[in-house]
Amino acid sequence: MAATDDLAIRASSDSLLKAEARPRKRNMAQFIRWALLFGGGILMVMPLAYMISTSMKWPWEVYNLGLIPEEPTLENYTYVLEDGRFFGWFLNSLIIATITTLSALFFDSLVGYVLCKFKFRGRYIVFIAILSTLMIPTEMLVIPWYMMSQQLGWLDSYWGIMFPGLMTAFGVFLMKQFFETVPDDFLEAARIDGLNEFQIWWQVAMPMVRPALAALAIFIFLGNWTAFLWPLIVTTSSDLYTLPVGLSSFGDEADVAWELIMTGAAISTLPTLIFFLIFQRFIIRGVVMAGLKG
Amino acid sequence: MTQLILRDLVKRYGETEVLHAINLDVAEGEFVVLVGPSGCGKSTTLRMIAGLEEVTEGEIEIGGRVVNNLEPKERNIAMVFQNYAIYPHMSVRRNIGFGLKTAKLSKADKNARIDEVAATLGMTELLERKPSQLSGGQRQRVAIGRAMVRDPAVFLFDEPLSNLDAQLRTQMRLEIKKLHTRVGKMMIFVTHDQVEAMTLADRIVIMKDGHIQQIGTPAEVYHAPANTFVAQFIGAPAMNLMSATGTSSGVRLWNGAKVSMPDLSIAEGREVTFGLRPEDLKTNEGDVLAGTVTVAEPLGSETLVYVDVDGSEIIATAPGRTPPKAGDKITLGLSGTDAHLFDTDSGVSLRAG
Repeated sequence: MAATDDLAIRASSDSLLKAEARPRKRNMAQFIRWALLFGGGILMVMPLAYMISTSMKWPWEVYNLGLIPEEPTLENYTYVLEDGRFFGWFLNSLIIATITTLSALFFDSLVGYVLCKFKFRGRYIVFIAILSTLMIPTEMLVIPWYMMSQQLGWLDSYWGIMFPGLMTAFGVFLMKQFFETVPDDFLEAARIDGLNEFQIWWQVAMPMVRPALAALAIFIFLGNWTAFLWPLIVTTSSDLYTLPVGLSSFGDEADVAWELIMTGAAISTLPTLIFFLIFQRFIIRGVVMAGLKG
Repeated sequence: MTQLILRDLVKRYGETEVLHAINLDVAEGEFVVLVGPSGCGKSTTLRMIAGLEEVTEGEIEIGGRVVNNLEPKERNIAMVFQNYAIYPHMSVRRNIGFGLKTAKLSKADKNARIDEVAATLGMTELLERKPSQLSGGQRQRVAIGRAMVRDPAVFLFDEPLSNLDAQLRTQMRLEIKKLHTRVGKMMIFVTHDQVEAMTLADRIVIMKDGHIQQIGTPAEVYHAPANTFVAQFIGAPAMNLMSATGTSSGVRLWNGAKVSMPDLSIAEGREVTFGLRPEDLKTNEGDVLAGTVTVAEPLGSETLVYVDVDGSEIIATAPGRTPPKAGDKITLGLSGTDAHLFDTDSGVSLRAG
């Protein structure tokens, strides 16, 4: 999950910046740090800048690598927004990412909670088994997923696109670590107050890990919003395409319409950007805390 | 008539037995404090009464019914935790009302009950606040309120004052005692602080290594400790213990000093442990023991003096206004009737009662 890695790196470079150093060496170290961060910043921003720039170019200018279009135009935006398919794909992505996020939040936190707060034989093995699935790359899973979908008749359906993401090992891990920070006293107090175990989880434990839930929601939403490989493989009818898959189909066999793809990409980043701006304080907190407690 | 009875209560974790056949009867309205060093099994006992730990062997009876297999909520108890365990995402009102969630009351009745409890605890104006806006003492009061709102037969307190600073602890201690007088319900209170135990309890249960050492009123455990552990655990500073040998008229202390014990007869030549509270040693009145002051700790009203007597350290109290200083040579007077005698091997008191 690329977003996770970026954030983790950011969080750890933050702590590097705070580290104490001897005054004489500090200036040089500071310079190197800023230089590295600046370089990293440029690397991160360039693709975005090219995306915006290309989306405002005419087709004949696309392969001209200048950042400023010679004749800027919003024609591409008009075209993409007037193309009926774009909204369908947008809606598909929205529905799939939302359902997957809600489902993963529910199941990940439920499993994480049980693994954290219930003492039962073999729970460690279960946890390790779940964690170890993190080592298997999506590319490897795609074939078994496909065969499974084929047998169960899930190909080319919403369910087919969504099922691999309904519960995530990363989420289980994150939530388990967060539930460690919830003192047992709270749960026991609720038990004495007469709540059943499900109510304790839902009414007492869950509200206490809200930052983690918010962080997980963003990770999962973004991951599904940008997912490309699996939706591409499992869908055949263009009605069911998600945004990334749909965008890649712009153009024809002879030519890829980069200016349209970039326009679509620019529009599709808007929701994630808004989402991130609203929830970023939760993301940073979530990642840092997961790191501390891990 | 609510009564709590523990019958041969045993707790084992795997092979390890942590509670060895505990027996205890608590009467209605009684305030009982379980006290002991960490790991003595006091919290485990409390948690078993609450239903948070399973009973390995034995029985727990509350109000005439055995509750071993009942859920916590069915036991008619409420518990206050060390870290308060008030829910940070709920207002004080919702926190207090949480205990009524499963009660079959109308909303108006619940609110009336919450208001009543809040008024009792003097926190009506705090009801709409979040726990983060409260001080430590106020949070603890919310936790007590949550316990009170259900009107349980038994209140359980698991070291509720440990997280408070010294001054607040004294104040909350007083409030809990007043609360007990007002509601008149049975309270079981766990602490490792013997001062809390002495000040709060109708009866103290002193525990060590999963065994009850003594059950008695604060005065009983202080003035007639059942064994050397209780003698040293209750009272600060701890009781002085010295080795001694029985004589025809009393005992001869380790350094040869003779003490007559008119109210006790000990076989001549028997090895015993001689115990004396610091306040029973009179500085410069009488001369049973003599030594040099090594440290003097002024407490205001009195001064604790640590005296080196023939190589052993004895603690005595001296008047606060004219205390001896370190290096002073002093004598210590004592009376055999104030002294405690214990069997050297078992540590059990030789004074009956």
